[in-house]
Amino acid sequence: MEKKSLWKKITGSREASLVIVLVVLCIVVTIKSPAFMSVQNIMEILKNNAVIMIMSLGMLCVLLIGGIDISITSTLAFAGMTIGMMYKYSVIGSTFLGFVIATAMGAVCGFIIGLIIAYGKVMPIIATMGFMYIYRGLAYLVAQDQWAGADALGSFKDFALNNTLGFGVLNNVIVVAVVCYIIFFVILKWTKFGRSIYAVGSNAEAAEISGINVAAIKTAVYTIMGTLAGLSGALATSVYASAQPNMQTSKEMDVIAACVIGGVSMNGGRGSVAGALLGALVLSVIAKALPLVGINAIAQNTVKGVIIVVVIVLNVLTQRMMDKANLEKREM
Amino acid sequence: MSDYVLELKGITKIFPGVKALNNVQFQLKPGEVHALMGENGAGKSTFIKVITGVHKAESGEMYLFGKKVDFKGPRDAQQAGIAAVYQHPTSYPDLTVTENIFMNHEIKKNGIIQWKQMNEEAQGYLDQLDADFRCTMEMGALSVAQQQMVEIAKAISTHAKIVILDEPTAALTANESQKLYKIVDKLRESGVSIIFISHRFEDMYRLASRVTVFRDSQYIGTYDVNGITNSELIKHMVGREISDLFPKPDVKPGEEVIRIEGFSRTGYFKNVNLSVKAGEIVGLTGLVGAGRTEVMESVCGITKPDAGKVYLYGKEITIKNPSDAMNNGIILLPEDRQKTGLILSWGLGRNVTLPIVGKLSKNGFTDEKRERELSRDLLEDVDTKAGSIFVPASALSGGNQQKVVVAKALAQDNMKVIIMDEPTKGVDVGAKAEIYQIMGNLAKEGFAIIMISSEMPEILGMCDRVCVMCNGRITGELSRREATQELILELAMEKGPDKKKQEVVK
Repeated sequence: MEKKSLWKKITGSREASLVIVLVVLCIVVTIKSPAFMSVQNIMEILKNNAVIMIMSLGMLCVLLIGGIDISITSTLAFAGMTIGMMYKYSVIGSTFLGFVIATAMGAVCGFIIGLIIAYGKVMPIIATMGFMYIYRGLAYLVAQDQWAGADALGSFKDFALNNTLGFGVLNNVIVVAVVCYIIFFVILKWTKFGRSIYAVGSNAEAAEISGINVAAIKTAVYTIMGTLAGLSGALATSVYASAQPNMQTSKEMDVIAACVIGGVSMNGGRGSVAGALLGALVLSVIAKALPLVGINAIAQNTVKGVIIVVVIVLNVLTQRMMDKANLEKREM
Repeated sequence: MSDYVLELKGITKIFPGVKALNNVQFQLKPGEVHALMGENGAGKSTFIKVITGVHKAESGEMYLFGKKVDFKGPRDAQQAGIAAVYQHPTSYPDLTVTENIFMNHEIKKNGIIQWKQMNEEAQGYLDQLDADFRCTMEMGALSVAQQQMVEIAKAISTHAKIVILDEPTAALTANESQKLYKIVDKLRESGVSIIFISHRFEDMYRLASRVTVFRDSQYIGTYDVNGITNSELIKHMVGREISDLFPKPDVKPGEEVIRIEGFSRTGYFKNVNLSVKAGEIVGLTGLVGAGRTEVMESVCGITKPDAGKVYLYGKEITIKNPSDAMNNGIILLPEDRQKTGLILSWGLGRNVTLPIVGKLSKNGFTDEKRERELSRDLLEDVDTKAGSIFVPASALSGGNQQKVVVAKALAQDNMKVIIMDEPTKGVDVGAKAEIYQIMGNLAKEGFAIIMISSEMPEILGMCDRVCVMCNGRITGELSRREATQELILELAMEKGPDKKKQEVVK
């Protein structure tokens, strides 16, 4: 193996170049508005975006197998709304139980989607579009024209205010996100299941013939996505101290955007946990920073869009260069 | 006017780190079929790309009809009347044949596409080629042979004076090849000069009048096809004598390893029985479409048969999916290495260990160190030529890719039966011999081997027994001593059972 220079390694890896983008972004914003770099502010950003960051992990897996899931925020609302109403009518009181119920609901929701995509051979975008309406509708049905506010949630909202899990330093919500990231990093890098996910996304036919049960992997991945969405439903309810049927509507696109910015291929097979994390961070920082540097809130989406397009174009160009380099090697 | 329609002199092409072409030359006479031969990696493909303007040579001159030309890109070459047809048609599967033929040179009147005229002309070209399909069909619905015909029609439609055929017969059956030969004859008669790249000597003897040989990026020589023997040509191509292309070892077959009984799948194959003993190589041949691959895919659980039983060492086993087959030690080496055999974007090592990642895991975590060591050993065992185990599979030549697939099979240490589907397709002579060597060694070690192949020489050269299929049935079984080319062909083209019955009735 030829040794690559450090510079080449940095510019050659999308993760590293994203770190540079992130650092530059932070520096620029800090110069304009020094309050940005405070620990408190950063913790606030992380806490408020934990839901997106966690769901980005599931979306990473879904995109890796060449799928997509646009039903996630509906699942989130369905699960969040259900436990919200449970607290409101005192069906349950324990915070832990609320998390278990929401996460389990998410798992079931995802499992159903997975079965339909993997065994019914329905295109992921169409299947999840259907379930986007179904689960969102169920959230409204559960709500029955009501919502669960801070009073109704009682001690459940305290979860997002406390640092008990983070040894008094880190907010609970951030701890949950960090734990999720560690688990997914390990799974995708060092387990057979992780390798199978990449294999299915790179070449499903070859994976099947190599003895991987492609349908089972697909079902598992959508189930994981649903589980994370359910967990996020509980988190979002706690963070915003309210459960409403229209929670996080259209935020699924932010989740997909975070992955895409992080270099996850929409064709499957390529992407990493680090990329998803960086993508989500870049998006969060932009959202917070634009108002701070004096860019009008209504221009935010445009800026976000421009960044995504630029990143995707770079993505395509690097891939083309890599493909070409490989083919040139073959010639001799 | 020069004697040649196309002449290249002193072409040198350098890729980062390697000389892909080193001072090579080439002359094409008007109206001749000129074969270009050489091992994979000899530089043929690069050379073709220089002619078609895809690559720009670092040095050298190119003359077209005696005039010096300098192509800036593929468009220039196209406009100068050079068309290339590739082994894997580079078409648009969702468009119709007409659209494919006229891609980039549509017939327009005042900016409006003239569909009627285009369809008529396209059909005209197809009729000229005796095509058995209509120009309004979707490209994706056609077979590889038919798609190639479309590519050739496309070449005609651009009024090309020089047509380059890059391994056109590699994906074709014997019948389809015959048809292609006729088309090439027709093209030549109409005054087109043809450069023909192929690994198959059959093609060369049938079509070409002259042959140019490349080896290791260099020009070796140009010969009259009638004036050179097969062995001389091989010697020129590989730079050494291949005294024994088929190193079939003398293995005494042991006990029966696998037996399949009554395998049927509606529309694909019917009542197929086959048994293979330890150390035995059984060939499964027939025309493409006879159901050979389909039977084996069902045996391996990739598709579900309607009926049929598999016995392993006399005990019946159930196979519902590929994992079941692998757990029972039945390993398939798929025909299409690029699509189903390998994950091209992955490193070689990862490809080799893909089926056994789970087995190599410790406490649920993959053991990358062991994976690396194992895959390196296995790849060395089969003598794969690659920089490291991290090189992506897409960077290897066909022969080396096949070796990686073999290493992947060897990684599964419970392997008992190995099914090789067209193991030497698209592989050059030198690497073929190496793959036969590997097969021989596997037989010696007592594996039961089934080889699906359309290539007569390797069937005759490597197999202990030959089963011939036709229309989804096994029409005959021949021992190594009985098997001849004629007998096999006869069985492969046997008339269907319906026709036989009718004859009896009469």
